[in-house]
Amino acid sequence: MGRYLSQRLVQGLVVILGVTTLVFVVTRMIGDPVNFILPLSASEEQRAALRADLGFDRSILSQFWSFLSDAVRLDFGESTYFRNEDALGIVRRFLPKTLQLVVAGMIVAFVLSVPLGAIAALRPGKLLDKFLVTLSLIGLATPQFFLGQVILLFTSVKFNLVQFGDGPWTHLIFPALTLALPAIGRLTMVVRSAMIDELNSQYVKAARAKGVSRRRIVGVHALRNAAIPFVTLFGWEVIRALAGYTLVVEAVFDWPGLGDLAILSIRERDFFLIQTIVFVVAVMVVLVNIVIDIAYKIIDPRVKIA
Amino acid sequence: MIDPTPVLEVEHLQIDFLTRRGTVHAVRDVSFTIGRGETLGLVGESGSGKSVTAQALLGMIELPGRIVGGDVRWKGESLVRGPHVRRTIERVRGQEIAMVFQDPMTSLDPVFTVGSQVVEVLRRHRRLSRKAAKARAVELLDIVGIANPTERISQYPFEMSGGMRQRVLIAMALACEPELLVADEPTTALDVTIQAQILELVAELQQELRLAVLLITHDLGVVAGVCDRVAVMYAGKIVEDAPAADLYATPAHPYSAALLRSTPRLDIVLDRLVAIEGAPPDLRRPPAGCAFATRCPFAIDHCREEQPRLEVFEPVPNAVGAGDAETLEELEQPARTERTVACFRAAEVREEVLS
Repeated sequence: MGRYLSQRLVQGLVVILGVTTLVFVVTRMIGDPVNFILPLSASEEQRAALRADLGFDRSILSQFWSFLSDAVRLDFGESTYFRNEDALGIVRRFLPKTLQLVVAGMIVAFVLSVPLGAIAALRPGKLLDKFLVTLSLIGLATPQFFLGQVILLFTSVKFNLVQFGDGPWTHLIFPALTLALPAIGRLTMVVRSAMIDELNSQYVKAARAKGVSRRRIVGVHALRNAAIPFVTLFGWEVIRALAGYTLVVEAVFDWPGLGDLAILSIRERDFFLIQTIVFVVAVMVVLVNIVIDIAYKIIDPRVKIA
Repeated sequence: MIDPTPVLEVEHLQIDFLTRRGTVHAVRDVSFTIGRGETLGLVGESGSGKSVTAQALLGMIELPGRIVGGDVRWKGESLVRGPHVRRTIERVRGQEIAMVFQDPMTSLDPVFTVGSQVVEVLRRHRRLSRKAAKARAVELLDIVGIANPTERISQYPFEMSGGMRQRVLIAMALACEPELLVADEPTTALDVTIQAQILELVAELQQELRLAVLLITHDLGVVAGVCDRVAVMYAGKIVEDAPAADLYATPAHPYSAALLRSTPRLDIVLDRLVAIEGAPPDLRRPPAGCAFATRCPFAIDHCREEQPRLEVFEPVPNAVGAGDAETLEELEQPARTERTVACFRAAEVREEVLS
């Protein structure tokens, strides 16, 4: 286990290095941040001075080297938009909001998709199954920017049920639901098809012949086996939520998380902030992957991690 | 050792499968009995309905399958219909009647230890503490010939060979000291040396525990050493039911005879394998007459027009020769050692076999 973890951490470092390099290169191509920092009236000398101050006048390799050597000390420089503020500090200020959103959304997705999928699988082809499948398809086919706005329109604008934007936990309910709904659709379908497979398997038949109760066959044997494909997809959903969907949901609900910050930093060509955000997200993605692998090992004894 | 009063009676059992392309009459009127401590072999090719019959004994026929006629009685209680059928099945399944399946590789849940799966049966049917159940599970693994049972018990199925897993499944089946063991092709998926070991194990346990066994197989060679009686199934019906020795010596149904001929033997040199010509009928539209008629060298017009019933066939002792055509007759109450055959031409078949 220890060896496995260190191996995965090394792999993770390679991934993080790759991602940060890519982002470093891409940011240098999207424009000159100096134009965004200084007012239009600034003279060419002022621009050059700022450029030299920020190091953008050096060769790209030299810039990359100092970026890397600072990054290993977790020094990502200062934001150019939030003047003179440590980029990592800003990310840490926004991160909890995103984590709240993702964790809440994924808990909702987990708690709903597992029983819904299992219930649908008990009588495949019957009315309840067809209803749940249709609902799942609608859920997974609805884009979040649209779904979010519809929800927003009805909950906050028309009926004023809850406020949106930053605030107490009630403000989290609908952003989390918006994040969760397409995932619920996808995960329900996965649980359903995995459960159908498991319930038709030979070991289930053998367990029935032993006299094991239906409840135990479904809830213990089939569910644990169906958890194997489910965990793969669930991990993927967490990663996609963390590294993508939050961006949309945060923008729609004006939720002050990392996604909101990312959009801002790209708009303002805040290179150092962009790099920091991508770095932090990449680290989280790597960690989620490791957690999934460990979950695998716990569920399925055939999985060897060493 | 065989108690003549049957523990299990299957009477005119009929099972249909509703498929998109029509109703398949998988089991069409099957009757047999098994006595306490008796071993009955149920032989037939794939699709003859033997596995479906076996599942009916545990009340395991589920849609799209449906029992449309007949009855299965376990010690007098119906496992098919009646107000208490669910409770009876719940009591009987896994406890009084146990089943071992064809494929040991997939019959165990891959994500639980074999021990926990044996314990599961024990705790389901016997009010045992976790500790006592575990101790009994170790004992059971020992009984079925697994070395180091205390260590093996915490292993997962994937850490065991096919033969080992089949032993575990047998241990599981025996956990609650059943009275009938239904073994559905228990050795088909195993290699030959392991096959012999497993069959020997079943025979031993059967002797020790006075267990009745229904051994389902497509391999007559498997049946030979183990069974008291053999029932041959073809196209959803039993065509011959006879003491094992009699069936081997003098099959009376042309299908049994053909099946015996097509079983490769080491003591007779053949230049090629003997196959039965033709194919079994489509059970969505079973023929009006005998299902084997189209493949049968003995078939006459009568065979194609009317279904032969399973009737007592009494061979005249030691008489071989012409004039034995009238050996087919029905008795009021057949004795247990009787042989029954469903064939109009049984006498001729037997004559040919003897000559």
